[in-house]
Amino acid sequence: MSEAYVRGAILPPLAPPVSERGVVKWMRENLFSGWLNSVLTVLAVLAVYYIASLCLPWLLHGVWNAGSLGECRSIIATNYGPDAGGACWAVIHARWYQFIFGFYPIEAWWRPILDFALLFVALAPVLFSDNPRKAAIMVGVVSVILVLSLMALVPWWALLLTIALMAGLSFLSYTATSKLLWVAAVYPFLSVWLLWGGSVWGPVMAMAGFGVMVLVYRVISPGLGVIMGTALGFVAACIWWLFLGSLAAAAIQSVVPFGLTYVESDRFGGFLLAFVIGVSSISISLPIGVMLALGRQSNMFLIRTLSVSFIEFVRGVPLITMLFTASLLLQYFLPPGNNFDLILRVVILVTLFSAAYNAEVIRGGLAALPKGQYEAADALGLDYWQAQRLIIMPQALKVSIPGVVSTFIGLFKDTTLVSFVGLLDPLRGVTTIVRADLAWKGIYWEPYIFVAAIFFIACFGMSRYSMYLEGKLKTDHR
Amino acid sequence: MANAAPQMKVTDEVAVQITAMNKWYGTFHVLRDINMTVMRGERIVICGPSGSGKSTLIRCINRLEEHQQGQIIVDGTELTSDLKNIDKVRSEVGMVFQHFNLFPHLTILENLTLAPIWVRKVPKKEAEETAMYFLSKVKIPEQAHKYPGQLSGGQQQRVAIARSLCMRPRIMLFDEPTSALDPEMIKEVLDTMIELAQEGMTMLCVTHEMGFAQAVANRVIFMDQGQIVEQNEPKEFFNNPKSERTKLFLSQILGH
Ligand SMILES: Nc1ncnc2c1ncn2[C@@H]1O[C@H](COP(=O)(O)OP(=O)(O)O)[C@@H](O)[C@H]1O
Ligand SMILES: [Mg+2]
Repeated sequence: MSEAYVRGAILPPLAPPVSERGVVKWMRENLFSGWLNSVLTVLAVLAVYYIASLCLPWLLHGVWNAGSLGECRSIIATNYGPDAGGACWAVIHARWYQFIFGFYPIEAWWRPILDFALLFVALAPVLFSDNPRKAAIMVGVVSVILVLSLMALVPWWALLLTIALMAGLSFLSYTATSKLLWVAAVYPFLSVWLLWGGSVWGPVMAMAGFGVMVLVYRVISPGLGVIMGTALGFVAACIWWLFLGSLAAAAIQSVVPFGLTYVESDRFGGFLLAFVIGVSSISISLPIGVMLALGRQSNMFLIRTLSVSFIEFVRGVPLITMLFTASLLLQYFLPPGNNFDLILRVVILVTLFSAAYNAEVIRGGLAALPKGQYEAADALGLDYWQAQRLIIMPQALKVSIPGVVSTFIGLFKDTTLVSFVGLLDPLRGVTTIVRADLAWKGIYWEPYIFVAAIFFIACFGMSRYSMYLEGKLKTDHR
Repeated sequence: MANAAPQMKVTDEVAVQITAMNKWYGTFHVLRDINMTVMRGERIVICGPSGSGKSTLIRCINRLEEHQQGQIIVDGTELTSDLKNIDKVRSEVGMVFQHFNLFPHLTILENLTLAPIWVRKVPKKEAEETAMYFLSKVKIPEQAHKYPGQLSGGQQQRVAIARSLCMRPRIMLFDEPTSALDPEMIKEVLDTMIELAQEGMTMLCVTHEMGFAQAVANRVIFMDQGQIVEQNEPKEFFNNPKSERTKLFLSQILGH
């Protein structure tokens, strides 16, 4: 005896009950969703409370102005009672420059600072290739920080010059981001010159080597083909770099002397050293890693064998061993009388080290690509390098971003290992020197916390950028 | 053929010539003594049981697979290990795959313009105009700025066809273009292919869509165990198969 039923009015939606809303719902779902979860929540809260109760007073009692550790302690004792502990940040206040610059001469500090700012200008078109707004914001912020930090270091006219330069670059980064790629191309040479100083003509002639390469290629390739052109161009450039370039630089320098005071490599230290090694190794190891990954997949026996041996050898040897090699063995093998710079040697070995790891990460990315992508590229008539550059690598690198960035972060932190070959790294080198000072003898946590904080900022920055990049490149819409 | 459009004329110019071709995968003899001639304007359907070597055969025509014996001449160019010839043939032979193989990191428009710009050195603007022309032809111009992952299977396959057409190929190869599609999308892809056939494109299609074969093919080739077992014009082939294996195969796919 069922009756036909038709609903006349459609019911309006109602708000969910309290237990399904806001804070209560969130806590129920995330913190107390079962008895095990509830117990864990309580335990975690207790642990956080315990740790905070240990650290917070120490951090809050921190002293920023004092001449020595003893003075710090007495200030804390008078303010918070004789038993109170407290951080003595005064050591950072007094010696921060050594953590940053090592023994780099104070009158030349403006050079690494300017160099560091230009690094971001050079990175802007690479990092934000399709987003001029973000690129301009980054260059603008860097410019402001640069000018503020140079204020106490350089005369007014130099400051005005810097402001003009950075304003120009900021403007350029917004209107024509890709033009900044020129800054990126010149940056390696400019950077070496700014950091080490010496005659400007050395780096200029090094750049001219690439001009020689292109010139020889242009002349040769129409007649003898692309491969011969490339090979001879490379040989010509090497001859230029090894012999002619330095002669030419010396000649020009004697006519038009222009340069900065030379700074020896052993004055480099602290984060300046970590960034020099980190940035150069990171930027060179990525292309080498790509080539090694491709070499490992090559059909050509010799290339494949060489790549595999190199990768496996490097991965089988600890970084420390390679660094000792850099400092000792290379000196034996190289012809006597040369003074191959220690920092340069370390950069080369750290680069090769991380290139091998990158190669394996990128190989993973290559393996993740379906075979159909190669076939489609082939079927359309793209040649090997076109297919790699336009189809395969963009996708393989996208998959490899988290792994590659992990390698980079690891590399950056591993730069502290250079203390084992006598370079002044920020973690062990500089802290040891600071703690050897009578005034700060016995200080322990504060320098390490400071160094850790800077490392954290750099590494966290890289990690966030990689997440931004992954999001931006996500086009598969799965 | 009675229902052939007037343009669907077969010329007496040879497009593809395969003579005494053999191929092995290791010790497995996958293609055996293949002889076949395709005239310009011909539309050939290749069918046969799974694993019979259909894909391998058409992939040999643009050298995605290498043959070990015999001769393959495409558009007057013999396929040897000479890379120049291979690139020349590949830019004149379009291929459509079962799984579309669009480039997922590029937009539809970029997928279509990539090869013309880099292989044919066409200016970007011109390449984009061509791309839009072919996208309208496959009836999805409005999707130009989306990524492949945002399109349905049928739309992706039509993009893949348009991508090949942008290279202005003289021959088109299709390897089971509708096998990965849901039933309601098969028709839109077949319609595109039929239209292409009516414009006189030389086509080699591996497919089991017998309706398509009857509508546009002027020859059906049946393969089994790496050999061409039987070939005939569609009406004869379906109504009056000669070989026992063909009869068995037809009874299986036609379901009676
Ligand atoms: N790369 C390969 N290596 C070895 N055997 C293969 C390879 N590709 C295909 N085969 C074999 O060759 C035969 C023919 O394959 P295929 O041409 O794909 O057949 P069809 O397309 O007709 O289904 C199958 O038995 C398959 O297992
Ligand atoms: Mg197949």
